[in-house]
Amino acid sequence: MEDIEHFEKEIQLVDGTGRRLDGRALDELRPIKIEAGVLKRADGSAYLEWGDNRVLAAVYGPREAHPRHLQNPSRALVQCRYNMAPFSVSDRKRPGPDRRSVEISKVTSEAFSAVVFTEQFPRTSVDIFIEVLQADAGTRCAGITAASVALADAGIPMRDLVVACASGKIAGQVALDLDKEEDNFGDADCPMAIVPRTGEIVLLQMDGHLTEDEFDRATKYSMDAAMRIYELQKDALRRRYAVRALEEERAEPGVIQ
Amino acid sequence: MDSSAPPKRQLVIPGEPIDARGLKPGEGTFVEDGKVFASQLGIRAEHQGYVDVIPIGGRYIPRTDDEVVGQVVDIGPSHWLIDIASPYPAPLHATESPWRVEFGETSRFLEVGDAVLVKVFNVDETKRVQVTMRDRGLRRLTGGQIVEISHSKVPRIIGKGGSMISMVKQYTKTQAFVGQNGRIWIDGEVGDIVNAVRAIHMIDEHAQALGLTEAVEAFLEGIYGKRGA
Repeated sequence: MEDIEHFEKEIQLVDGTGRRLDGRALDELRPIKIEAGVLKRADGSAYLEWGDNRVLAAVYGPREAHPRHLQNPSRALVQCRYNMAPFSVSDRKRPGPDRRSVEISKVTSEAFSAVVFTEQFPRTSVDIFIEVLQADAGTRCAGITAASVALADAGIPMRDLVVACASGKIAGQVALDLDKEEDNFGDADCPMAIVPRTGEIVLLQMDGHLTEDEFDRATKYSMDAAMRIYELQKDALRRRYAVRALEEERAEPGVIQ
Repeated sequence: MDSSAPPKRQLVIPGEPIDARGLKPGEGTFVEDGKVFASQLGIRAEHQGYVDVIPIGGRYIPRTDDEVVGQVVDIGPSHWLIDIASPYPAPLHATESPWRVEFGETSRFLEVGDAVLVKVFNVDETKRVQVTMRDRGLRRLTGGQIVEISHSKVPRIIGKGGSMISMVKQYTKTQAFVGQNGRIWIDGEVGDIVNAVRAIHMIDEHAQALGLTEAVEAFLEGIYGKRGA
């Protein structure tokens, strides 16, 4: 097989005018589409398209935590399973949890533990399932963004929605939201999950190296992007429920007699 | 109400600031830096000096004095474990049953799978729930059927002052009990139960529809003819 790891230099990730391979500017996101409440059996769900990423998130709970020794008498557990479909990548992915997906599941559940009012549901667990149907770099961010909408859809009390977005370094320049080529041939990738209302960071990882200045720049890019994605999340929830709320307002005189 | 008032029914999203206008923060809200925010997806409402968020979804969380329809899922020598469609199983102690139960004789009174009408009489801070059958009307449910809907739609099923459910009962000549946990028990002739269940599903699906009471009445009239005829 071709050694793509050391194939670099020949690909020019950013052209002279600061445009990237797919025509984006350095601080531009890929197109994002979110839909809330797409699954019937789960308590809450969301479907998200982020560039070529396709992610489905489902939430159950709060429900009785099993096995019972995991139960916490003072708060709820937030458990997460991140999973990639075998057909989500070009070389078939061997199904089942691997080192990477176990790690992503762990950091995701920790990110959500920071915003869910876990103390309201002692001894229970809130279970988040993230299924990556198609991957094109940035799936953990896509998964967190989708799961956050699914949590709200499930009626779980939270301090705020969580938004995740990655920034990185390609061709020596800081850029927002890397796609697959940029992730493979770039210099660094730094996913972040943000609580937009307070600006808190609930997930921060980095692959590669950034200088302090570059990191600050990347953080700013992600923060700004998070605010835009936050609006999309809220919009998805509104679209799902606004119609009903409107009808309810009109229905009132008819129902009360 | 002045013109600056927010729309009467406003959809709020977790983390969204709520216009509290001097009201106290109520259910489904939280306070940070003196400001009120929604903690749940729901509809903003004002009630007795509090600003609340009425949740759209979410699980049933038991509260003291709720009357619920439960199902026996396990038996101990001096208690039954009742599933009340919430994240927490509710033990019913033998002394809280209407019978004189000797130690180890619990299964003579209630078996696994039996449906019961119980009342939540205590919920502590770790959400340990206790239920009782020692109150008026609480009993083992025999015959009939149980339908399950979202607990947030229970008020619609009951209707203002019980108007909706009593209408369904009147037309279909069935007995029914709506538990706060979203479980509804219906008993009567098989055909009538089926119609009552259809009416309930109709209310459940169109919980926010315009003129729901009339629609349900028209549906029932179509089957049974005019009321009292």
